[in-house]
This record gives sequence, structure tokens and C-alpha cells, in this order.
Amino acid sequence: MSRSPLLVGNAQAFWGDDPDAPARLVRQQPNLDFLTLDYLAEVSMSILAIQREKNPQFGYARDFIDVVKSLVPAWKSGAHFKIVTNAGGLNPKACGAACVDLLKKADVDLRVAVVSGDDVLPILKKENRDLFSNLETGEPIAKMRERLTTANAYLGAEPIATALADGADIVITGRVADPSLTVGACLAHFDWKIDNGAGGRRATWTGGPQGRASGSERVKYDSIAGATIAGHLIECGTQACGGFSTDWLELPDNGNIGFPIVEISEDGSCVVTKPKGTGGGINLRTVKEQLLYEVGDPGNYLSPDATVSFLDLDVKEIGQDRVSVRGAKGRAPSSQYKVSATYHDGFKAHAMITIFGRNAVAKARKAGENILRQLERDGINFERSLVECLGSGASVPGVKIDNGAGGSRATSTGGPEGRESGSERVNHPEELMETVLRVSVADSNRGNVEQFTKKIAALVTAGPQGVTGYSAGRPKIQAVFGYWPCLIDKELVEPKIDMLSSVEAAVSAAYSQHAGDTPATTN
Amino acid sequence: MTTIRLGEIAYARSGDKGSSANVAVFANEDRQYDLLRERLTEKVVKDFFSPLGVKKVKRYEVPNLSALNFVLDGVLAEGGSRSLRIDAQGKTLGQAILEMRIPDESGKQELNSQI
Repeated sequence: MSRSPLLVGNAQAFWGDDPDAPARLVRQQPNLDFLTLDYLAEVSMSILAIQREKNPQFGYARDFIDVVKSLVPAWKSGAHFKIVTNAGGLNPKACGAACVDLLKKADVDLRVAVVSGDDVLPILKKENRDLFSNLETGEPIAKMRERLTTANAYLGAEPIATALADGADIVITGRVADPSLTVGACLAHFDWKIDNGAGGRRATWTGGPQGRASGSERVKYDSIAGATIAGHLIECGTQACGGFSTDWLELPDNGNIGFPIVEISEDGSCVVTKPKGTGGGINLRTVKEQLLYEVGDPGNYLSPDATVSFLDLDVKEIGQDRVSVRGAKGRAPSSQYKVSATYHDGFKAHAMITIFGRNAVAKARKAGENILRQLERDGINFERSLVECLGSGASVPGVKIDNGAGGSRATSTGGPEGRESGSERVNHPEELMETVLRVSVADSNRGNVEQFTKKIAALVTAGPQGVTGYSAGRPKIQAVFGYWPCLIDKELVEPKIDMLSSVEAAVSAAYSQHAGDTPATTN
Repeated sequence: MTTIRLGEIAYARSGDKGSSANVAVFANEDRQYDLLRERLTEKVVKDFFSPLGVKKVKRYEVPNLSALNFVLDGVLAEGGSRSLRIDAQGKTLGQAILEMRIPDESGKQELNSQI
């Protein structure tokens, strides 16, 4: 018997997204089964590391606790949705404890599970074999080892599913692959089997269903692939509904773009949609754009749960703001997790000042370079620096853009204009009457960067006429973190699940499989 | 040979992947996919973005979505977290590629008849 589709929504695409979105989404879509909330970008962990250094109880996305608070009225009025979130960041246990604390105070009876074990920093720090070389550059990690600040494996859906199968209402993880938040919900709901490629090692809860892949049932990789695509489609929130799309300006009510919902069927196909009354649009164009967002080889999309091919996907509009996506193909995932590591890489600051008037760009460029030359005379040579004149194509410096200046139309809404290539007018910064000067410096010496932040304001009186907009004060000095992507064998990583309850604090001790007692089962 | 702006026949989306970025280009009409395939070669795209320091361009064909997906190695210089550029994450590359001018259909016929 086939089960009814699972409704999974996303209401947080990144740390800093609209904090009111989760409560709004469950109000708009009261029958939602799962709410997924994504807080972690590639280098978010390094920001959390700084926060944890200041207070060992921090190191997670504290905004999540406010979100839970905002959801209490929905739960109290009978809503049954569950939450899967990576808000735990570097400190999922502290996040879980804070969540339980809040639920207790609010007198809401929910079970909270914490998934950890993604933190592999000790392994990267210790391991002296020739492992963990940079996935992009091939550089060995040895030279970087001392500077590493965080290293987290992208765990998969299995520990999430195990926690849900054991009755969790809220699953808080550290780093997991973004689509796995959704895949975990599907595994639990449809009772799909999974083999995460760790050679039998999997997180299990002592009282829960042991060995989800055990037995003779075949792993349905196509279904898992479909759920992975569904998760990928919603992981960036409003982007699935026309946010960040080519057509944004033409979309209806684009000041009120909805957060997305996927209705996932047992075969892994899904319908992408959004709540009625929200703006934006779910159509072939917006969904196709989001499908390939941040994707490399569409025939080999790597996730810890399956390797997915997009090449047989069939995407169809089936109604107003309803697009069906079917035909995902999946196969067994690799035996390694991707690891996102970060390392200390000095400091930086960016300063911005507006310059208006004839030759604005020439004036701005000279003013920016003057500051850098002055600091050079004081003996400060920044390791890296950059002068940009925003408005003159600085987003893609040097790329030849026919910007339509000088009389030709700047934009076209379609239909061939039949312009001859000889009539192209390419990047004419000298015609601009206004630009924003942006000066950036980076250096391993914080003091050097600090000197820059003190000097830049002098342009207000020592720069060209027409300098304005310098009201934000001195630029902030920011720590820079480099990104070190690498791989780790799944068998070196031990996902752990802790169950907490808002009724009775920490009803159970942490369960974890230790290397010594891992049963050498095969699947 | 007349040219058209790519944005007249296609839409696009870009995003970062470490120090690389991907730019997906989609045909407005499925029948224009062949023209995209013919015009947007790895070399054309690499030349267009070369000022940004692209080291290599790999093109993936996705005919079922009438799309081409380009992975631009090194386009973000030192990567999203270290780059000082205003667009450290390749967010603007999709809009940029739509401004590329390409020979239109008649140019395609000309090219074919030359062969």
C-alpha cells in the first residue's frame, strides 16, 4: 500500500534568513509534516568557532531557539509538524539543551534528538598519514594542520531517520549534507532502507530499529535520489519560488515570496509548490534554475546518501505554482564523506565611500590608491589589497559587457533586436557620474588592517569633491577563514544520537557506537 | 553576421563551489537548445570570463532541462571565503553571461553553409 505524500517545507535557507518565516510557513500550511531549517554555509562553522571560544555554551545558531519559541503557539494549537535542522553547528548538544530548556518553560511536550559526530577536527589534527589533501588544489594538509579551526564531515540522512523513527519531534544536527535533512524525513516516513557506504557502521539508538539496511530488502536508490533532489530544491528557501531567479522582476508579489514545500511520494518523485497567498512563482523556469544551482556534474551529484543523476529528470508544470519533478536516478554513494574544514587566514577590512561627479570612476580609483600608497609610505604593504569602483562592472572585472550605455537600450525583454556586433558599447566607466569606491585589504597582521581602517576616513576631506555617504564609521576588522574541502573515509566517522525530552530532562544518556564494539555486519 | 544577446534566448543561474563556480544556461524554448550547444562552447565561455582568472571550463549537457551547465575552475580567484572581490561567490556570473553576444540563427546557417 502506498503512503500519502510527505509534505516537507523549508523556512530558513541560511543563517540570517527571515526569522519569522518558520512560524509563517506553518501558519500558511497547517498540514506540513516536516519543517527543515538550514543554517550552515561553507564557512559558517568558523564564525561559530569564534563564538564558542568566547563562551563554551555557544557555537550553534542561537537564532534557532527564537524560532522554536515562535513556533510554540502552532504546536499548542495542535500542529503536528516535526523539525529537522542543522542549527546545532559546532555545538549541537548545547543547542539541544537550550531547545529543551525553552520547550520546558513553554510547557510543550516534545522529544528532541541531537545528531553529532560530524566534528572530525581531532582526526584531521592527529592523522599523520597522507590524507585530507585539498579537494580543489591537491595540496597536502600538513602545512595547514596547525591553523585548522574547524573540520566537519557532511553526514547523511541515516542518523536523522533513526532519531525520527525513535520518536524525535525535533532533530538538531551539526554539519549534514543539506538535502539529507529532507532525505532523513523520507527515510523515516516511508521506511526506506539505506546503506550509507560506511561498511556497516551506522548510528543507532539502543531502543530503536537496529540496522535499517539489514535484511534482504534492496536499497531503493532511485527513491533516495528523488528525495535528495527534493531536498536540494528547497534547501535555499525562497530561491525555489523565484527568489534569485532571472525572472525576479516580473514575478508577482515579489516582496512576499513564499518559502517552498515539496510533496514527496513513495517513489521519490515530488511536486514543488508554495503556500497560497505568497508571492513569487513556481514554474518550469524557476524550478530548473534551482535544480542546477551550485551543481557540478549533473550526472554525478554526490551526496552521502546516494550519487544522483539529474539527466533523466522530467520536470512538468501541473498546475498553478505546482511543478512535478520525477525520474531521478540514484546509485550507491561513495565510501567517503566530504569534509568542510576552515583555517585561520589573517584579517581583512572593506571600506566603501560614494563618489559623485564628472570622472567619478577616475577620482574614486585614484583616491583608493592614494590611501594604499600612504600606508606603504608608513611601511605597511598589505599581503592583498583591492580597489573596486562599484557601478562600473566591478562584479565581473574585465568581462566585456554590452551595457547598453550611450543610447542603446539597456535591457531587452525578449525578441531579437538585430543589433550589429559592431555597435556594441562595452563597459564605459568614464561615462559614469557616480560610483561607490570599495577598498579592501587583507593581512596576517591585524595591526596593519587596523591602520587601514583608521586612515580611510581621511578621504572625506582629502579626497575629490563629491565624496559622500561615509556615515557608517570605521570599517570592521574581520577574521578571514580559508576553506579546505577534503574527504574522509566514512568508517572513521561515528554519527551519534542523543535523545532529550522536554518533559523529563535528558531521559537518556548519549548513545554512541564505539569503534571497539562496532559489529562487523555487512548489508 | 548578426548577433543577439544571449539573454534574448536564454536564462541563467550561477553559484559558488569553493574557488570554482557553476553557471547554468537554459534555453527559453527547447528548440533553441541546439543553438546554445553550438554557440556556447567551453572555449567561448572561457574566453568571456577569462579576465576573472578562469583556469578551466567544463561543460555538461543537460538536454532534458534544455540546459548547459558550466563549471568555471578558479573563477573566484581565492575562493568565496578569501576573495576580496565584491562578488566573492559568483552570484553575478549568471547575469553576466546573459549579456554575451552570440551569432544568431542566421549566423548558424552561414557557419553551416561554409562547412
